[in-house]
Amino acid sequence: MSETPSITREDVAHLAKLARIDLPPESLDHYAEQLAVILGAVAQVSEVAADDVPATSHPLPLVNVFREDVVRGSLTAEEALSGAPSVESDRFRVPRILDEA
Amino acid sequence: MSTSTADAVVPYDEVIAEFDPVLGLEVHVELGTNTKMFCGCPTEFGAEPNTQVCPVCLGLPGSMPAVNATAVESAIRIGLALNCKIATWCRFARKNYFYPDMPKNFQTSQYDEPICYDGYLDVDVETDEGMKTFRVGIERAHMEEDTGKTSHQGGATGRIHGADYSLVDYNRAGIPLIEIVTKTIEGTGKYAPEVARAYVTALREILRGLGVSDVKMEQGSLRCDANVSLRPSPDAKLGTRTETKNVNSLRSIERAVRYEMTRQAAVLRAGGTIIQETRHWHEDTGITTSGREKSDAEDYRYFPEPDLVPIAPDPAWVEKLRSELPENPAVYQARLQAAWGISDFDMMAVVRSGALDLVAETVALGADQAAARKWWVGELTRIANDRAVELTELPITPADVARVEALVGEGALNDKLARQVIEGVLAGEGSPDEVVAARGLAVVSDDGPLLEAIDAALAESPDVAEKIRSGKVAAAGAIVGAVMKATRGQADAGRVRELLLERLGVSE
Repeated sequence: MSETPSITREDVAHLAKLARIDLPPESLDHYAEQLAVILGAVAQVSEVAADDVPATSHPLPLVNVFREDVVRGSLTAEEALSGAPSVESDRFRVPRILDEA
Repeated sequence: MSTSTADAVVPYDEVIAEFDPVLGLEVHVELGTNTKMFCGCPTEFGAEPNTQVCPVCLGLPGSMPAVNATAVESAIRIGLALNCKIATWCRFARKNYFYPDMPKNFQTSQYDEPICYDGYLDVDVETDEGMKTFRVGIERAHMEEDTGKTSHQGGATGRIHGADYSLVDYNRAGIPLIEIVTKTIEGTGKYAPEVARAYVTALREILRGLGVSDVKMEQGSLRCDANVSLRPSPDAKLGTRTETKNVNSLRSIERAVRYEMTRQAAVLRAGGTIIQETRHWHEDTGITTSGREKSDAEDYRYFPEPDLVPIAPDPAWVEKLRSELPENPAVYQARLQAAWGISDFDMMAVVRSGALDLVAETVALGADQAAARKWWVGELTRIANDRAVELTELPITPADVARVEALVGEGALNDKLARQVIEGVLAGEGSPDEVVAARGLAVVSDDGPLLEAIDAALAESPDVAEKIRSGKVAAAGAIVGAVMKATRGQADAGRVRELLLERLGVSE
């Protein structure tokens, strides 16, 4: 077992903000502890993988899987919007956005 | 907060005397592929909302992306044309953020492994010492996908602030985009705005030549963000930059950079600090206003896209693409300039007005190069500027201009009538021949009516008539003018003069 990576209350608060999760301050230590355990588990990979093992982002040893530039059918607007909580003028209606543009 | 209040600015020559500008330009180009980057949805501009969408570009559960081969090829060709190195292996990455313009809650982009990197583009700018070449370094060109279109509803201004809610159309979401990022552009001094414009102009010509995009700035298929900062001197460390968005024409790029320089100089001179932020360019008022501050919310938590395998362009393929690149626009320009036999200055005017292809086509259709330039670079550019549209967006074609010139060449139109025909074509009255017919525009070539008009004009001004008879031929202009007026400009002024002198028995 490798050394448990440290996760601070501030790290958790930052992640919560990025993920738009409203965490009460009293739960920050609790999640910091849990996240540290998860990171520690994942960090074991780096013990097994030596420097000669490249970082992998995909399980299959494939490259250049391409699609020809040929149009395939799209959904109709009705189909596309059928699962939307709110619709107006064939568009998805979403709450107003603050501070981001 | 967005505000329409204009900030203080410093006169431009004072900015240059006190500060050294540094630029960085990010250009997004929408590729003209048939389908989106990761799905088979079409990419037509202006389709009905949410009719070019599918489970992949709507981010529905279980859908899987598949990379558009043509988009990858276009990306490589763009990189090669910009003298970039092409990655031998690279991946897509997820850029995570919460904003409803992407239904997936991330944009598929490239992060630290762009497909093209480390290139350059040389651009010519007219300086006090004549034409000078500036080399703009290209940091990277990477593949990504465009976002959906949000329109903000309610509120007073239709902008985000004060909006009650937003409506989203995902037709554009997933259209292939190439983001081309320059290295910091230094050493331009007072020519920073011109270099910025020249760079985007040259880049647009290259992209047009490659045929990878329709590069229509007004439709958003070519978009530019301008990073601008000031420092006290070229050896000082870089100042804090702002990123100006929404710069949608070549003219605006120059204006926006210039404005940002004058605004930042005012802040710095007053002892203030520049906030690193996004600013919005306002075409109508010619100013930028504060958007959002770059903050830690800007943490996109990029990670390699697990649903796509890496791209590893075969070097043989890359070399084949390199060998098939079209003529470099700079070489193309030099060739046209030589063929037309015009000066650097005149050629620059053509290029700067974005009229190169239009003039070339007009000439190819038989018009004289000088006449073609006169229309496109003069009259039509002025009209395009008045209407705040690109020259190519005017409802007139090289064929129309060539036809008008042919009519002038035949003597059927004079310069004044030709202008009226152009006016008619722009007003949507049809082809030049239709405008001529409908408006009854034609040079009066029958001498009968001209002689009548001459006699009438002479009778009106017996004193002038006497002067001409006595040998003051210069006075003939007044009578010619009166005849032209009487014939509503439809006479050939040269012929009127001939007839007049003949009538009075005077020779030149």
